[in-house]
Amino acid sequence: MSGLNRKWTVVICLLAAFSLLTSTCTKKKEAYKVGAIFAITGPASWLGEPERNTVQMIVEQVNAEGGINGHLLELIIEDTVGDETKTVNAVNKLIEKDNVLAIVGPSRSGTTMAVIPIVEKAKVPLISCAAAETIVEPVEQRHWVFKTPQKDSDAVIRIFEHIKSKGMSKVAIITGTTGFGDAGRKQLKKYAAEMGIAIVADETYGPGDTDMTPQLMKIKATDAQALINWSIVPAQAIVPKNMRQLGMTIPLYQSHGFGNIKYAEAAGEAGEGIIFPAGRLLAVDSLPDDHPQKAVLARYKKDYEEKFKEPVSTFGGHAYDALWLVIDALKAVGPDRAKIRDHIENRKGFIGTGGIFNFSPEDHNGLTKDAFEMLTVKSCKFTLLSE
Amino acid sequence: MGAKNRISLGVLVGGLVLLPLFMRNPYYIGVMVFIGLYSLITIGLSLLMGYAGQISLGHAAFFATGAYTSGILTTKAGFAPVPAFFTAILLTACVAFLIGIPTLRLKGHYLAMATLGFGQIVYIILNASVEFTGGPSGFGEIPRIQLGSILIESQISRYCLVWSLVILVLIFSLNLINSRVGRALRSIHGSELAANAMGVNTSKHKIQVFVLSAIYASMAGSLYAHFVTFISPSSFDLKFSILVVTMVVVGGMSSVWGALVGTFLLGLLPELLRNFRDYDILVYGFVLLLIMVFTPEGLIGLIDRLKGAQEKRSLKAQAKLS
Amino acid sequence: MGGSGILQLIFSGITIGSIYGLVAVGFDIIYNCTGIINFAQGEFVMLGGMIMISLVGAADLPMWISFPIAVFAVTLIGALFERLCIHPLKKPSILTLIIITIAASILFKGGAMFAWGKQTFSLPHFSSERPISIFGATILPQTVWILGFIAVVVLLLAFFFKATMVGKAMRACAANRSAASLVGVNVKEIVLLSFALSAAIGAVAGIIIAPIALMDYERGMILGLKGFSAAVLGGLGNPVGAVVAGFLIGIVEALCAGLLSSHYKDAVALIVLLAVLFIRPSGLFGSLEASRLKKF
Repeated sequence: MSGLNRKWTVVICLLAAFSLLTSTCTKKKEAYKVGAIFAITGPASWLGEPERNTVQMIVEQVNAEGGINGHLLELIIEDTVGDETKTVNAVNKLIEKDNVLAIVGPSRSGTTMAVIPIVEKAKVPLISCAAAETIVEPVEQRHWVFKTPQKDSDAVIRIFEHIKSKGMSKVAIITGTTGFGDAGRKQLKKYAAEMGIAIVADETYGPGDTDMTPQLMKIKATDAQALINWSIVPAQAIVPKNMRQLGMTIPLYQSHGFGNIKYAEAAGEAGEGIIFPAGRLLAVDSLPDDHPQKAVLARYKKDYEEKFKEPVSTFGGHAYDALWLVIDALKAVGPDRAKIRDHIENRKGFIGTGGIFNFSPEDHNGLTKDAFEMLTVKSCKFTLLSE
Repeated sequence: MGAKNRISLGVLVGGLVLLPLFMRNPYYIGVMVFIGLYSLITIGLSLLMGYAGQISLGHAAFFATGAYTSGILTTKAGFAPVPAFFTAILLTACVAFLIGIPTLRLKGHYLAMATLGFGQIVYIILNASVEFTGGPSGFGEIPRIQLGSILIESQISRYCLVWSLVILVLIFSLNLINSRVGRALRSIHGSELAANAMGVNTSKHKIQVFVLSAIYASMAGSLYAHFVTFISPSSFDLKFSILVVTMVVVGGMSSVWGALVGTFLLGLLPELLRNFRDYDILVYGFVLLLIMVFTPEGLIGLIDRLKGAQEKRSLKAQAKLS
Repeated sequence: MGGSGILQLIFSGITIGSIYGLVAVGFDIIYNCTGIINFAQGEFVMLGGMIMISLVGAADLPMWISFPIAVFAVTLIGALFERLCIHPLKKPSILTLIIITIAASILFKGGAMFAWGKQTFSLPHFSSERPISIFGATILPQTVWILGFIAVVVLLLAFFFKATMVGKAMRACAANRSAASLVGVNVKEIVLLSFALSAAIGAVAGIIIAPIALMDYERGMILGLKGFSAAVLGGLGNPVGAVVAGFLIGIVEALCAGLLSSHYKDAVALIVLLAVLFIRPSGLFGSLEASRLKKF
């Protein structure tokens, strides 16, 4: 080894020793590692983006306030690309390489279903931000799995209740051929039979479709009294526009996937009067001050919109609830996967953005249909439906 | 199988045996399992593309046929995974045969479009026949494979199973290439007209290799279904078909080894790029672009070129000495 | 469903089919000069729409100024792409070039994701949004704009290929590259031009469809796929065939969704396409002779 080289080696060794020393000095307690997997890129990135932003914001806040019981929170964020194979690899990495205490996400139902066998086997709590009900049912096989978004079936029930209260009984449904649209279609068909509502037309469209007038023509020819569209962007803005073009005047209901004001803006005038169920986050301004969720909702909305300069969405809210549930459990029971799971399963009265969660061994979602409010679009803003 | 292939095969098997000893972490083994699954498909595709000169942008459909046949038979018809695996192969072979007859008469981009269209039709059927396939939501609870007393559940057991299969498929394919059929295939790639004139039944051979590549994809599909235990159409879309073709071209179409090299690279790349966060999509595209611009004949071509340069250098050195 | 219903479906098919056709024309121009299928074609459409939305929405420019700027920007991107990624290769195989266009499409998509974020954007209609009623069916004024633009693009292209020297050189390249080179056509320049031209056409398609279909960074792939179908159905390298085939696919999809089943509408359109290919292996208007001359 030449002299120069030896000199460098000494410098590097010193540096390494120094950094090791400082790191052990400043780090009082070991950080809590939590994993997060969202569809940050890929076709569902409009979902993953607010979710990722939200959890990053929470970590900054928590660590600025001294962490959890003196432990810093270390969040390891992975991208699913909305792809099941990549999600499986990501979850394996979080569990086997990063050794996380719990996992928040994934964003979509399909990717969640693909990783459930892994977390069940590895015994790691997973709090999904996806909607489908099969994520937490049957609950005996979902020992380690929870989810924060409200149930599809509750959204369907709220919509049907509203339709019935208006004296209508015949509806047409139009759904996107994505996991979200398909799950909604199944619930719509199931509860229509139970609640005495007739589905007179059942149409679908692909995720890339940009013109739904043919399907709507078919629906127009039926005696449907209302139309329910269950999908994700951009169809949520196109269906009302197409309806307007065809001169259809029956009321349009959409799913809780409509939870971002930008879609209403994209629909423009045609979007006025759309009725949909959603968590209270979108109508926080019209909520009475004594509502138990008001403080949480207002804080999240203010923090998020100040930091990211974009309107808050219910999707980010699902990640907000999921991560705070984990933090809440970590505060109470410390870094133990089994204890975290038990704590979440028995958590009652947890106030989140999606509603007030009451978990139990029989219910790993913890929300009822009361978590939803019926909202409508009025002059390009979401407001509570008055009736 | 030539001496070169035997050496390469030996190196591969040795590497595969040694790998789990050094990489204990199940995460890395899990990544290798998926690379093994992809390899099954790309070996078949490289036979089809590199040797027979036919392109397919619809191999996701055969991957899907394997996965869905295995999944549906084991969850709804009470089949055990192993018989389901072979039933899936049989079904996929029939489908590939029926599709291959009219499709393989087409050439170039028309063939690409026809296979792409077939792949899309299968994708749409998976989405639309909700009662049968679970629709876009897919279905889960697919049982794991039981081989004798061993349940294939841990990453390492999956690794052993899938790579054993890859080695078998590889040996079979290498033998095929060096047989009469292989020579016939290469003659098709060179010039179909000339091959025909020499008495090679080109359409028969093209369909044979198409069906064979579909069978490989079906095997990968069945294993995927039993490994992940949940399947939905989004894993079998056009993007997947394009990905496997890209793997073959990036590795180099001149031999099946190229397909393996390409599969390793593009299978590992997303994992290596995890640190780039959102930028991974850009880096991925950029790496792909660079490889194709600088080694248009694929990575295996680069290796050959380096070897060639070395030989030239040693020849020069010898010349100087003499 | 009565006659006006059928007419409505046909209007819907024409609206969407015209976009397929325009994307397909872009495919044809590059195919003619290089023999490759440009998988990034759909991304040109997406970029055109997104840049236009930014100019109109964020920069607050009037439509008629934004339109040429957006088209020019995408044309530049197309030309740069050719110079940086296609031009440097000495003797590339067709498949290598196709994978390069795939890589480029990933890059364009990724770039757009960073530039515009992941939301869906809308563009104001060119004129009023009030539907026009024709024989009981309705059509949006934007559809009239779309059809008008297609007519203009097709006529300009026809003039360009028939009457200008450069256009004739491009046709010569399409017929036989080496022969064209022998008579003094600078083939490399023509290839550059073909990328620029099809990027421009793609951008036009993206801009005129954005008010109806909205736009997001992920949209390129599906538009490219449909455009490719139309290009093949019409016979590769035949721009008029591409436009006709685009209308055909759009109308088949719309009729199928309106009269049969919306679940299988895309599948039916593809089955029609496959059936045509099996009967006429070079598409509706393609010539078998011409395709034999191609390398791939």
